[in-house]
Amino acid sequence: MWTEFGSTTPPSSDTRWRIVGAAMRRYGYRPNALIETLHTVQETFGYLDEEALRFVAGALRVPLSQVYGVATFYHFFNLKPQGRHTCVICTGTACYIKGVPGILTAIEETYGIKPGETTSDGNISLVSARCLGSCGLAPAAVMDGEVVGKLTPQDIVARMKRWTK
Amino acid sequence: MTTSEDVNKIVEAEQENDQKFKHHVCVCVAAGCLSTHSGQVKTALEEEIKKQGLVHECQVKGVGCMGLCAAGPLVSVRESGKVYQEVRPENSADIVAGLNGQSPEPADAPKADQLSAEMPFFSRQVKIVLENCGKIDPNRIEDYIVAGGYQALATALAEMTPPQIVEEVYKSGLRGRGGAGYPTGLKWSTVSKARGNPKYVICNADEGDPGAFMDRSVLESDPHRVLEGMALAAYAVGASQGYVYVRAEYPLAIERLQNAIKQARRMRFLGNDVCGTTFAFNIDVRLGAGAFVCGEETALIASVEGGRGNPKPRPPYPAEAGLWGCPTLINNVETFANIAPIVRNGGSWYASIGTEKSKGTKVFALAGRVKNTGLIEVPMGMTLRQIVFEIGGGIPDGKRLKAVQTGGPSGGCIPEQFLDMPVDYESLNKLGSIMGSGGMIVMDETSCMVDVAKYFMEFCMSESCGKCVPCRVGTAQMHDLLAKITEGRASLDDLQMLEDLCDLVKNTSLCGLGQSAPNPILSTLRYFREEYIDHICNRTCPAGVCKLKAPMEVRA
Repeated sequence: MWTEFGSTTPPSSDTRWRIVGAAMRRYGYRPNALIETLHTVQETFGYLDEEALRFVAGALRVPLSQVYGVATFYHFFNLKPQGRHTCVICTGTACYIKGVPGILTAIEETYGIKPGETTSDGNISLVSARCLGSCGLAPAAVMDGEVVGKLTPQDIVARMKRWTK
Repeated sequence: MTTSEDVNKIVEAEQENDQKFKHHVCVCVAAGCLSTHSGQVKTALEEEIKKQGLVHECQVKGVGCMGLCAAGPLVSVRESGKVYQEVRPENSADIVAGLNGQSPEPADAPKADQLSAEMPFFSRQVKIVLENCGKIDPNRIEDYIVAGGYQALATALAEMTPPQIVEEVYKSGLRGRGGAGYPTGLKWSTVSKARGNPKYVICNADEGDPGAFMDRSVLESDPHRVLEGMALAAYAVGASQGYVYVRAEYPLAIERLQNAIKQARRMRFLGNDVCGTTFAFNIDVRLGAGAFVCGEETALIASVEGGRGNPKPRPPYPAEAGLWGCPTLINNVETFANIAPIVRNGGSWYASIGTEKSKGTKVFALAGRVKNTGLIEVPMGMTLRQIVFEIGGGIPDGKRLKAVQTGGPSGGCIPEQFLDMPVDYESLNKLGSIMGSGGMIVMDETSCMVDVAKYFMEFCMSESCGKCVPCRVGTAQMHDLLAKITEGRASLDDLQMLEDLCDLVKNTSLCGLGQSAPNPILSTLRYFREEYIDHICNRTCPAGVCKLKAPMEVRA
């Protein structure tokens, strides 16, 4: 499979590609809108797979090496599918000194996953964030989009247990 | 067309509308309070007001950050000045009844927890950047205009020349609030004189320091202030396109910023004929994608151009050759937020606040082991003791303060004996730390300083972009040495090697990330050397954080 330069035909009939196509049109297919386009793909599909990277490279006329380079440079982009539930643990300074290491240990002991990993059944992904900016609530986490604060290791495990029912 | 007169008309109409209500109940809807469900509190208050038949005299407003994030959700009443903390939806009966001095119905309705408005947390602050935060609705441009917003832009476009604006900013003594403290007026003057067309203005909202959330709060609570500052900057330096580079981790800030840009365009504070003049200025939002190094200006430019955020050697500085090779002015969110008040009140007014070399105020995100965590703004020159013990309310649980960390991974730890030093750029540098963007983390005796240094080095190691060797390899080596120390496997030779590496990485790295990465180690070594020695020679961690191996037999 090679990247066809300038081709804006989506790689499959999946209707979600229309959202991506609309975003690229909005930026006039400009190569410098690469990061914005990758954001849209990830928002739409949850992660960036090879098919998506090839398509974006072709449509924006950016070498695939460069697209892959950008996708792997930024921590925000996932190249692997995420679990059904996502738990983002803040590892900012305030959260760190208020006990995040203990929280991560508790999760690892219960579910056997470290930040960046997904449980083998594909149910929960654990992600670490540099700082959520919710330092007043330290230690804080985002569980499926909801910010929860002032956590203890017991709290976080109890909350994650609700996902495994 | 939006001239000063049009602005005045909007103000009059808004004020008239405002006076219809006897009471204004303000609920914080910034990210901190929203995550403790202030949205539900707002709905409950609205329903309670409806139930009591007070719809025509009470207005419920969603406002920006009031600062005391740890006590959220916060609710304040504008007229009486009452502030309630940790409000639950059940408390709405009590709050609404209190508006007219009545007791709640039913009488056993749960009481809302009231804070004293005279508490030092509120009374010791001086607010310029945050003057509207917690007062106006960030989603309404009218609120910003009533608070005096866009007046500076409309007046400046009508009455001031670009060099006059640069002159006012220069006179104000404002220095870059992103951390380095470069004089803003000087930067503006360089860009305005630079040859090249077009020119760009970039607002750096890639707030990457862990433990810092000033920019997020300003963008969430008062986004128009940043836009007005950028427009004034563009007029002063001759730019017609601006970008706000904001972290993707701040979805609410992005949403409010985009909404604000739309409103400003509609009212002609942005666009091709700003305030009815020939001055054209547009702003686009560019999203970061989680790379700390993109806070460095050349890396940020590379990222706006759509590439990997690799920094470039300077010179050429962005002021001469920045975005797409054109002269580019890059300032931080807080710097831009200071511009409108400076233009409105004059540079000498701003210069009258603060110390000799550090003018004005600084916003800090106070967090860690301190009672009142949250967002504060204080005049330059206030001492750390005043900040931590008066505004911050001291250390909880009867613990003792050990150090205050400023400047994030590029800064250092200031020990207790220097608490009476004034907080300004020079004093902090002298102590081996930096002002940084404003993160201030308080640590008590339960924090191990070697472990803290390792934490920051782990951060720098994984955030290093990998372009230059000293940073890419040096941070990894320093991290390994610190890990050895915290695990009880190190010798005094390792400590010597660590110090040598600090010196090397500091002096030979390409950009600020590497150059400042050793700072947390250097400052903890300077003030807490005995903790390092304890780890190495006695295999003990005084704070009890590190799990050291039992003393090993000394190998020959």
